Amino acid sequence: MNPTLTAFLIVSATLFSIGLLAALSRRHAIFILIGIEMMLAAANLNFIAFWRFGPQPYQPIGVMIAIFAIAIAAAEAAVGLAMVITVYRHYRTANVDQLDQLKG
Amino acid sequence: MNTAAFVIISIFTLSAAVAAATLQKLMHAALSFAVAFVGVAGLFFLLGAEFVGLVLVFVYVGAVAVLIVFTILLTRRDVEKDRGFNWAGIVVAVAVLAGLVFSIFKTQSFAVTMPQTPALTVKQIGEALMANYVWPLQCVGLVLTAALIGALVLVMEDKR
Repeated sequence: MNPTLTAFLIVSATLFSIGLLAALSRRHAIFILIGIEMMLAAANLNFIAFWRFGPQPYQPIGVMIAIFAIAIAAAEAAVGLAMVITVYRHYRTANVDQLDQLKG
Repeated sequence: MNTAAFVIISIFTLSAAVAAATLQKLMHAALSFAVAFVGVAGLFFLLGAEFVGLVLVFVYVGAVAVLIVFTILLTRRDVEKDRGFNWAGIVVAVAVLAGLVFSIFKTQSFAVTMPQTPALTVKQIGEALMANYVWPLQCVGLVLTAALIGALVLVMEDKR
């Protein structure tokens, strides 16, 4: 008895929602980045699950998409954390609620 | 047997993710983030994508978690102040989860078990990367180089 595709998709949807919760409800910029990374991991899990349960699991299509998505996510994390450091240096805070200079 | 491993790894991953999203201390959240990604890598192993699981462990637990810890240490001053919690975010997240779960359960064709196929070897992945996917690979290399140079330029001190 193996887990079905539905089980993997439910886990992935739950992980996505937890990431969305972290990105939307926390005030610190690093939490927002952590949430975005979790959402990307959930998307990767979906890619791998659909590839493995799909019609051609012997061709590495889903694996390729997941590898490229991980590389792009790593680049995004590097730039995002650099932006957090720069913002902290300017405003002495990383709380996104206090960064309201552009607010009308 | 396989189902037991799946349930254990899923509960492990999701509880670590909840801890990473809700813990007050940033450092604890960063460490829970690393644990959650170990769990996601375990799910990849269960799905027969061992290479992607290892890449995930190397990139996230090895590099991104260390980057996050370094950023927390460099922006230490207001670490203790993150008490605010936006309740609208919980409402949106629960609504998205409900919609996704509803549509997943409604789709009949998802209720299939894993087909038996020969395992994907690293040799196959390497051949595919060097033959069919060589241009995407070069573009990803370019993007990574540009992103790392951009990150360095962003955090560089102004010389006066």
